[in-house]
Amino acid sequence: MGIEARERRQPWILLAPALTSVTLLLFVPLAFIVVYSFWLRTATGADQVGFYLDNWQEALGDPFYRDILFSTLRIAAITTVVCAVMGYPAAYFIARSRGNKAILLLMLMLPFWISYIIRTMSWINILGVSGALNWLLQTLGIINEPIQMLYNETTVILGLVHFLLPFMILNVYVALEGIDISLEDAACSLGSTRWQSFLEVTLPLSLPGLAAGGLLCFVLSAGTYITPLVLGGPRDAMFANLVFEAVITQLNWPLGSALSLMLLAILGGLVLIYNHFLGMGQLMKGLG
Amino acid sequence: MSAVSLTNIVKRFGKVTAVHRMSMDISDGSFVTLLGPSGCGKTTTLRMIAGLLDPTEGDITIKGNRINDVPIHKRNLGLVFQNYALFPHKTVAENVAFGLKYRSVSKADAQKKVRDALELVQLPHVGDRYPKELSGGQQQRIALARAIVIEPDVLLLDEPLSALDANLREDMRVELKRIQHQIGVTTVFVTHDQSEALAMSDKLVVMSNGVVEQVGAPEEVYNTPASEFVARFLGTSNILDGRCTGLDGSTVALDVNGIGPIQVPRDRAPHLSAEGSAKLVLRAEKLIVASSNAPKDDRIDLTGSVEAVDYQGQAARYFLRIGDHRLQAINMIDDHPFAEGETVSLRFRPRDCAALPET
Repeated sequence: MGIEARERRQPWILLAPALTSVTLLLFVPLAFIVVYSFWLRTATGADQVGFYLDNWQEALGDPFYRDILFSTLRIAAITTVVCAVMGYPAAYFIARSRGNKAILLLMLMLPFWISYIIRTMSWINILGVSGALNWLLQTLGIINEPIQMLYNETTVILGLVHFLLPFMILNVYVALEGIDISLEDAACSLGSTRWQSFLEVTLPLSLPGLAAGGLLCFVLSAGTYITPLVLGGPRDAMFANLVFEAVITQLNWPLGSALSLMLLAILGGLVLIYNHFLGMGQLMKGLG
Repeated sequence: MSAVSLTNIVKRFGKVTAVHRMSMDISDGSFVTLLGPSGCGKTTTLRMIAGLLDPTEGDITIKGNRINDVPIHKRNLGLVFQNYALFPHKTVAENVAFGLKYRSVSKADAQKKVRDALELVQLPHVGDRYPKELSGGQQQRIALARAIVIEPDVLLLDEPLSALDANLREDMRVELKRIQHQIGVTTVFVTHDQSEALAMSDKLVVMSNGVVEQVGAPEEVYNTPASEFVARFLGTSNILDGRCTGLDGSTVALDVNGIGPIQVPRDRAPHLSAEGSAKLVLRAEKLIVASSNAPKDDRIDLTGSVEAVDYQGQAARYFLRIGDHRLQAINMIDDHPFAEGETVSLRFRPRDCAALPET
């Protein structure tokens, strides 16, 4: 075998373990789900093999699913905006700070050392009826009876922001790090104020990072089911909760498959749109 | 009236003093270079004039107005950075037009000014391109165009050539000087490169450790260095210890250790004012290496040996030894360079030497 032939083969040999596991653990199960979504669950509880469109008709046609889909996208959108508004200044601060960057970034990473579920559940100890905040308000005599603060859309968004903010900050931070600091100085020397230089130069140059962070926040929050399960009320179910409900509670795998493919199609579409305009490179930068 | 004037400027970063009691006047339309090794405070000084740093003490005036408290965007200065600092998301024309947006300039006027500026830097056809599509030298010209299009009171150049490769740097040097001369803008240029400084400046300000070592025209600074630091930093010098044994209006008598008495013209020792310890500065290119059997002439003639030769093509740098002294000579090569170990005659004229007081 020649050197060139060997060099052509080498990447494939190196990729083989990863490709094999992705194929076996992702694409094969996904193919099962596609197939499942056309089966039919009968009244007896058995799945009838075949090509039925009933699940798809239900998933796409039932206003119940549509409403929850819209509220899922709305919650994801609000979470993304809140993360952007809160995350950008933090990222800017870290990127422009001198010396203690490593410590600030470490602090940003610290929450990842604790399970996401535990972090989510910690809000119950803070906002619950017998939680810290109610205790404080009662002790101070501001309220007599504990207030019900948990289990609504706001706490779901709170939990999601808590979970996703570091992703946004990291992405924006990476974009800001790549911007030459003398660009703002140059803009100022030409007559723009600090704020104008930020708007004219730094902000536009950091948009790819903001978009990457936004995409991550949106996709992760639109697909979440733990946060609404832990912090939401009965009416705050998100789309992934419906999938969970269909598959685990009702054991209706065909319907669950159709619903999960719907969500996958929407979020996948978003990623494709993002990729078309900005490319995956920025996202990879932020994750690396 | 001076275009820029610094009075007793001090800049401290915590306990570190970056610039200490610096004063200088820059006359209108002149090209002044702040020269020194890295960490000497030259860039700090430039950034204080620019308004990117606040002086700890002292006053900065531009055209007679104190500007210490004027924010950078109101100072009307043109700033050119070492790394160009062009806005990557804007076209060349948008980059050049940037400063005009914040001045009351009509759109048509702005377009004309941008065209003229691009013309001036000899890149009239690149307006629609993005900076990354241009070479380093072209980007630096655009940065210059962007800085001068606003008709700044002072043009500040922070090592603008050091990111370019050697040949391009020399072209840009000539180009930059031409443009400065053509528009007549007062220019403050920061560099650590002595040949840039000598070639371009009307006036040199040599700095070291935050202190001004010497101010003067390039030739003056080169020929009559005010301190050993300046003598060593500019060019290659042999600095020999000795004593000043007498001085009058026309000559300074020195007794140089290991060489003997030498009479240096008074105007080559303007900083020497009294008898006592002194140093002789002998430029490496003024020390001529000759064959040991070459006919004698009126020059001082010493016998030494070649320790090492650094061949440079048209010239050679010789590392020489006379008794306990180690000297350097840089001579054009006539025929062949002298060989290592060869015994040679070393000649120089006292009037090519300078004398310094002991510091």
